[in-house]
Amino acid sequence: MAIRVNLITGRSIQQGVSMEAGKEKPAYTAACGIIELDPADFKKLGTFRNTNVRVTSKYGSVVVKAVEATQGPHPGVAYIPMGPWANMVVNPNTYSTGMPTFKGTPVEVEIAKNEPVLGSLELVRKGCRGELA
Amino acid sequence: MTEYLIKNGFVFDPVLGIKGDVADIAIKDGVVVETNAVKNPKIIDAAGKTVMAGGVDVHAHVAGPKVNIGRNFRPEDKLFNTRPGRGIERMQGGFSVPTTIRTGYNYARMGYTTVMEAAMPPLYARHTHEEMRDTPIIDQGAFPVFGNNWFVLEYLKNNEIENAAAYISWLLRATKGYAVKVVNPGGTEAWAWGLNCENIHDPVPYFDITPAQIVKGLIEANEYLGLPHSMHIHANNLGNPGNYTTTLDTFKLSEGVRPKSRFGRDQVMHHTHVQFHSYGGDSWANVESKADKIMDYVNSHDNITIDLGQVTLDETTTMTADGPFEHHLTALNHLKWANADVELETGSGVVPYIYSPNIKVCAIQWCIGLELALLAKDPMRVFMTTDHPNAGPFIRYPRIMKWLMSQEAREQQIDAFKHKDKVVAATHLAGIDRELDLYEIAQMTRAGPAKALGLGEMCGGLAPGLAADVAVFDFNPNGPYAPDDIEKAFSNAEHLFKTGVQIINDHDIVSNGNKRTLWVNARVNENPQVMRDVKEKFLRYYTVTLNNYEVSGHHYVPNPYVIEVDATQ
Amino acid sequence: MTKTVTDVVCPFCGTLCDDLEVVVSDDGKELLEVYNACAIGAEKFLHSQAKDRITRPRMRQEDGSWKEISYDEAIEYTARILTEAKKPLMYGWSSTNCEAQSVGSEIGEYVGAVMDNTATVCHGTSLIAVQDIGIPSCTLGEVKNRADRIVFWGCNPAHAHPRHMSRYSIFPRGFFTGKGHTGRKMVVVDPRVTDTARIADVHLQIEQGRDYELLDALRVAFKGEQLPDVVAGIPKEKIYEVAETLKSGRFTIIFFGMGVTQSLGKNHNIDAAIAVTRDLNEYTKAAIMPMRGHYNVTGSGQVWGWQFGFPFAVDLSRGFARYNPGETTSNDLLRRGEVDAIFVLGSDPGAHFPFSSVKKIYDLPSVAVEPHETPTTEVCKVHVPVAFVGVEVGGCAYRMDNVPIETRKVVEPPEGMMTDEEFLRHVLARVKEIKGV
Repeated sequence: MAIRVNLITGRSIQQGVSMEAGKEKPAYTAACGIIELDPADFKKLGTFRNTNVRVTSKYGSVVVKAVEATQGPHPGVAYIPMGPWANMVVNPNTYSTGMPTFKGTPVEVEIAKNEPVLGSLELVRKGCRGELA
Repeated sequence: MTEYLIKNGFVFDPVLGIKGDVADIAIKDGVVVETNAVKNPKIIDAAGKTVMAGGVDVHAHVAGPKVNIGRNFRPEDKLFNTRPGRGIERMQGGFSVPTTIRTGYNYARMGYTTVMEAAMPPLYARHTHEEMRDTPIIDQGAFPVFGNNWFVLEYLKNNEIENAAAYISWLLRATKGYAVKVVNPGGTEAWAWGLNCENIHDPVPYFDITPAQIVKGLIEANEYLGLPHSMHIHANNLGNPGNYTTTLDTFKLSEGVRPKSRFGRDQVMHHTHVQFHSYGGDSWANVESKADKIMDYVNSHDNITIDLGQVTLDETTTMTADGPFEHHLTALNHLKWANADVELETGSGVVPYIYSPNIKVCAIQWCIGLELALLAKDPMRVFMTTDHPNAGPFIRYPRIMKWLMSQEAREQQIDAFKHKDKVVAATHLAGIDRELDLYEIAQMTRAGPAKALGLGEMCGGLAPGLAADVAVFDFNPNGPYAPDDIEKAFSNAEHLFKTGVQIINDHDIVSNGNKRTLWVNARVNENPQVMRDVKEKFLRYYTVTLNNYEVSGHHYVPNPYVIEVDATQ
Repeated sequence: MTKTVTDVVCPFCGTLCDDLEVVVSDDGKELLEVYNACAIGAEKFLHSQAKDRITRPRMRQEDGSWKEISYDEAIEYTARILTEAKKPLMYGWSSTNCEAQSVGSEIGEYVGAVMDNTATVCHGTSLIAVQDIGIPSCTLGEVKNRADRIVFWGCNPAHAHPRHMSRYSIFPRGFFTGKGHTGRKMVVVDPRVTDTARIADVHLQIEQGRDYELLDALRVAFKGEQLPDVVAGIPKEKIYEVAETLKSGRFTIIFFGMGVTQSLGKNHNIDAAIAVTRDLNEYTKAAIMPMRGHYNVTGSGQVWGWQFGFPFAVDLSRGFARYNPGETTSNDLLRRGEVDAIFVLGSDPGAHFPFSSVKKIYDLPSVAVEPHETPTTEVCKVHVPVAFVGVEVGGCAYRMDNVPIETRKVVEPPEGMMTDEEFLRHVLARVKEIKGV
């Protein structure tokens, strides 16, 4: 069942290391094409860890892999490391500060077992060409 | 290189002793030469105009981390005054904290050619040099600060002058610095714990050394090295009513000491922005001018030089390594406060300030600065500054000239004070009718500062052999003129030469020049003790490595002018 | 045989560690080992020599494929799009040296560009707050030598600035802090139980987005005034306790990051945090410091500060510098379609801007100067690879506390590859030619 959570984004060591090794590589997708959910939220969602999910906000939608929160517990808060996946859904409004609202976007998460997590280059390329599902 | 002959101007040069006579000045190969040494010069017609050497500013905060804090945290300082680039000029902005580009141009427009950055935190030296590099036209040097430096505090506690001197020599080289600057000695280290040293006997927490010991020790070390400039100090207790006693106590620390320098200076102590240190009374209610007491001392002790720190009655930005003072100021005026303490070395604070003619204290401050100059017996030892931007932006120098040269202009300003009667009662200015002439102004803004900086062989005058830093102003000292004409003419040089290159032609900037960075390389005997102390402190307490500390690399100091000092006797 | 280069400066984050040691082959061409760096820094150095590195500029073709072009052609394209645009955006400037930033400024002046750096999505809101309230701060060595109360608010150094705690803030034994971390109290404020929070003495697990209230509550607590039972999810007893802990120290330092700069409140959050610091100075010594992200975003702010008077979002399009976050910031400009060309250097907006901005980059004439393949290079028309600053070329960089350190060259860049500065100088020369100046 789809759940509603509050999405934040940010750095992680794996995001940093994989980024330096090359954002076109699978390690970057593994590090950042994920959403970390608290066990309580996993329960509500009703799926196994490491299932692909679709995350949707008022601003966009993206498929990432749902993993258990590594720095929890934080029920109600979901975490996607900073990167093009998170940026598909974060609130782009700056409210005249210049700063998009990267932290604190309400999102809906639903199971998307059979949808693939795209690599970062493919994601932005298809997104720009309007080729995303 | 082009030869020039500046003909028929009214020359004011204290180095040659010319007091407004009509004379010709010849330029060849970057220096002033005898007029018969030029064969085919370009003629600059200076008939009816004033000719002086390029101005020398002994103390201004124009380059470095706290200056940039001032720029970045005050976007409002750029409101309505930014200018697009045109011709050779790049775009410029900023009123009290101009961009480096504007700094160079604004000084040049006033006929200034050498400016000393008043305080450089050693750990941030690269930043200061990057800004100086990006300041066109004017030669610059920077003074690293020593008065709160852990090495200095430890050596001077044990009166180890030779070690202190070796450290100073090492630091000047590592930071490409020019002189020994002291700001609120001991007090800024105390401020790293939120405390302060308010008089010269207040011991520094933990280090247990007094400001008096620090100052005396640094004077001694400076003379041991024989540096071009003397120790340059901003004493404790700045800005507080009653502080003139601290100032006199500080002055007295130099008594009996003679300079040991082959660079021609006569002083062992230069005290800066003395206006801020000349207050009597004991509260803002009864604060009054003690400029007379201060000048009694300065006039009778020729081993001291001072600069004014003249308040210009503008909205400006205060910035100083006197961290505790800035905290005190923000508590007074509730404007935004930035602070930056620097490990092992110093600190700083930045707070905007509005010197309003409607505020009694600001008006008193304005009077005091002018009194210091007008009560001076020897204009070669009293220099005109605003401690830019603390008491006001340096672009007001021509306005200060107007006030010094015209009693009428002063009276006009005094009449405009909202609390005129209280101000007059607390100060001496209204009773002073002395008017300085351009010769005395030249002493206070060219020859005097150059001599005090140990640069008398290089600039500050028009004697043959000196650098061809020459300014021509559209001002006839003999013609009838209104006081405002002074300000107008000296804000907009008609011609300016820097090291023989024409920078301003007919009021337009035509060259970005080739500025030099002046620094002092003082060689001492090897001192293994000090090198060991340096290594240890870097290993244990600094957060950069020793090998990463020294400023080296052409891109920081592209055009160095190194003054060699041999202190290995 | 090998040589070890010492005192190497790591070009990743604002921690700007300068104690790295890099082992290179005797001929100076191969980078073999990195010591003392964190995992991210080590990866940066080691990856610079990856075999699949792109070494020549390339241009997107109609059919979507890449075609290799010469540096001259890349320079020509760049100069053309910048001079032909009415209002180009020149963005990034954070993963490069000050020398390159400076040449970039000159180009920006000639073409009337908007110059913006990564602060726009990182600490830009902090810069705005500083412009309102100032900032009592210090260098990292003051923290190392004096601080006994350390607060990490909305930041996770264990992940984003991995050596920060060991080099500066928690573990070192400094001059007045000989007991190391046992003499310090560490407070973390974060909606998650981060790896940083796990080693803290106190973790305030704040309700996400409610930092302003909690900061304000601290100020109330300092004065001993009344608080509601719970603020931002934290019980008032805890708030009073933390307030007392901070007041009772000798030196409190607050480090803060994206948790407060990017959450709603944004610059007001930072304003409140700085106000907390100001207030603390009534009781003890206190300072506050932003955890800057890129290793030289601070430098970009400094260079523009002294050249233009503003630290980011500098609009030069009218011939003089203007600054108005919300109007002159990259994401706002892109969303509103107010720029007509993009030049990116030393950052990756393709990965780190909201997608709606990235789409706009895709639609415009664009150049990415970038050693890696990234989502930005993916959406730009021309990709110009350059040498890594701090690895293959030196140059000045500014640490998060504004201390400038000269990065080192450790190995040669790939044959024939330009540095940022070289590329920009060529572009500048061509721009001047086109403009006839």
